[in-house]
Parts: sequence; structure tokens; C-alpha cells
Amino acid sequence: MHFDANSVIPLYQQVADAFTAGILSGAFPEGDQIPSTTEVSRQYQLNPATVLKGMNQLVAAGLIEKRRGLGMFVTTGAQAKLKAQRQSAFYSEQVAALVQTAKELGVSKADLLAAIERGYGHE
Amino acid sequence: MSEITIKQVTKRYGAKQVLKGVDLNLAAEHIYALLGRNGVGKSTLLRMINNRTLATSGSITMDGQSVVDNETIQNRVYLMNDSPLYPIDKTVSWHFHTAKLMFGGFDEALAAHLVKAFHVDQTRQLRQLSTGFKTIVKLIIALCVPCDFILLDEPVLGLDAPNREQFYQELLATYAQRPRTFVIATHLIEEIATLVDHVFVLAHGVVTIDEAAETLQARGRAVSGPHQAVATYLAETPILSQTTMGQLTTAYTMNVPATPAPAAVQVTALNLQQLFIALTREDESDAV
Repeated sequence: MHFDANSVIPLYQQVADAFTAGILSGAFPEGDQIPSTTEVSRQYQLNPATVLKGMNQLVAAGLIEKRRGLGMFVTTGAQAKLKAQRQSAFYSEQVAALVQTAKELGVSKADLLAAIERGYGHE
Repeated sequence: MSEITIKQVTKRYGAKQVLKGVDLNLAAEHIYALLGRNGVGKSTLLRMINNRTLATSGSITMDGQSVVDNETIQNRVYLMNDSPLYPIDKTVSWHFHTAKLMFGGFDEALAAHLVKAFHVDQTRQLRQLSTGFKTIVKLIIALCVPCDFILLDEPVLGLDAPNREQFYQELLATYAQRPRTFVIATHLIEEIATLVDHVFVLAHGVVTIDEAAETLQARGRAVSGPHQAVATYLAETPILSQTTMGQLTTAYTMNVPATPAPAAVQVTALNLQQLFIALTREDESDAV
């Protein structure tokens, strides 16, 4: 994980993004405990309020949950939930942008579909 | 939850007016950065809070009571700066013991941990230690006394990079365990940028920035591009400072317009150190 104070992305958002990426990649498996606010604060020299604000975004999104006296844990279904969100964002944003760019460049629908086929190569 | 309030504090040394009316508030359980150019009065301000020098005018209070000659209040304030609190021909462990007697408590477990982490030889006299180790001993005392307000004036003086990182981590660890107020006056701005939650900038004898660190990061921007394009885009915007190189202008602002910037103009994040330099740049021109 890396946190950059000189970014336009707020630090608490960077914390939330880092943990989201960790859950998505399986680095933080479902049901497992994630590092405490104090651990993250200390390790990366971040103000604890910043870390807490980032973690609270994940709590609000239902990706992690607090267990009293134990700490924070990745919820069941968190990874699937994130994958579904990313897929829907992929269709609505990246595919739309791809089609838009293709139109601007005069790439035909058939050529674009053929290029995608080629992109899959041997699969 | 106690707080320290500084109102219209001035300080004159002979003919030189260093502080010209400082207003700031130190709330409970925050980590503050106190930034300012050399000689701007940061150390003086911290010394005044700790009753080691008197303000020429204005007031410094904790929960409404003046901090001046107030032993009860001063027992809750600890200032670590370049002047050693106790005789330097005494050993490190003597210093720890004396701090315990003076402040009515000392986190022995934390001290033992820090002595080990920083490899401090407690049997040595303070004067026998290198600059870095003198600083480490002073930091250990600052982190172990039971005070509510810890003022750190140049806390990493002489510390090498691994020891500085270790110190920042230990500070956050003890802060999490026992939340209290820290004020860090330092010139190593980049190193504390993610650690503090609030920033004060002292310039021209007054506080020119008094903002949450998050707000500074969210709003501070560098806007650069051809001079005319930047000027037009920022026509209605307060500008903190700007630099010009040929036709290229870079302006620093906390209030970028909501309208998107024209193609020729780039808006990028402004880091704390750049902001600080931008804010205090004209110091040189009006220095006596």
C-alpha cells in the first residue's frame, strides 16, 4: 500500500481504495480480520482519523464489519459484491468510452468487434 | 476536554516585533503542525505556552485560566525544545526518573520499549550523547510524561531517516493508546504531512493558515498555463502566491473555480511544502 499526500485524491479515499483493492484481489479474504486502524496509522504514518474515515466508507458499503472487542472483518460476499460493481462500471463507463472513441476515429462496429476478437487471441 | 486558547498574542524583542497578534486554538486530541520560516517566532510561541517566556501583550489560557505562573496548568503541558530541561552531566535514567518526579508519572513500559527500539544506553550522561541521541532521550521523556499537551519544537533534530520514521510511528502508536494533543514545529514538512490533522502557518507575525489538513489537501491546487489563460481562469479567485517562468504562470490557490479549466491550463494537487513556500515567499522582500 502506498499513500500520497500530494494527490488530488483525499488520503481517506486512498485508504478506502487500498482496502477495496485488497478485498477484490483476495489479499483480504472474506471472513478474515483486516489490520486495525492503529496498525495502519502506525505502519504508514497516517493520522488515525484519516484511516478511520477511510475504513468507515467500507463499513458503510457493507464490505467490512466491526465485531465488538475483536476488530474489523471482511464480510461474506464482499468480494462478489465488489466484482459485480466493477462489472457494471465496466459496461457503463469503459465500454461506452471505447465505443465513443471508436466512433470518433471512424472505426466501424465490425472492425471494433473483430479487434475485440483478436484481443482474446487464442481463447 | 481541555483546550488552550491563544488570543492576540504579541512579542517584542527590543525594537523587533516578532509576533504581531497571534490567534490560535489547541483542542484536545489533535496532532497539529506549526510551520513557519526561521525566526518567525514558532519557538517563542511554544515557550510562552509553557510559561518559559512572557508575551508582550495578549492572553494564553487553558479552559479560561491564564497559563502564566499557573503550576496546575503547566503540569499538564510538556515542551521539548533545544534547551535541556535538566543538567546534562546526569545520566539518561536520572533524567527519566526526574521527569517522573516532576510530572507525577511516567509511562515506564513505553520508556522501556523506546529505550530498546532506539538502542539508548541509559547509563550514559546526557552530555556524552550525540545530537541524535540527545534528541531521542528528550523525545522519550516527551512521549512518556502524563501531560495532555505535548509541544515538540524541532523533534527530529539530528535524527537519521530510520530513526525519524521510527519516531513518527511511535508517536502515532502512543497517540492511539492515549489520545492527547501534540504540536509539532518542524521544517521537515513532507514527513509530517500525512501525520497531522491540522496545520498552522505562522508568517509575518500572524497565523496565515489555520486549516484541517484534509481541507488543505482537498482545496489547495496549483494552476499553471500561459499567463493570460491562468489570469482569465482565476480572475475572480483569491490567489495565495504565483510564480512566472517565461510565458508560463503557476498560481497557488485554495479556491479553484468550479468551472472546468480551459485546455491550456493544468490544475494539479498542491503539496503542503509547496503551499508553505508559496505562502511565505514574500518574507524575503519584507525582511529587515
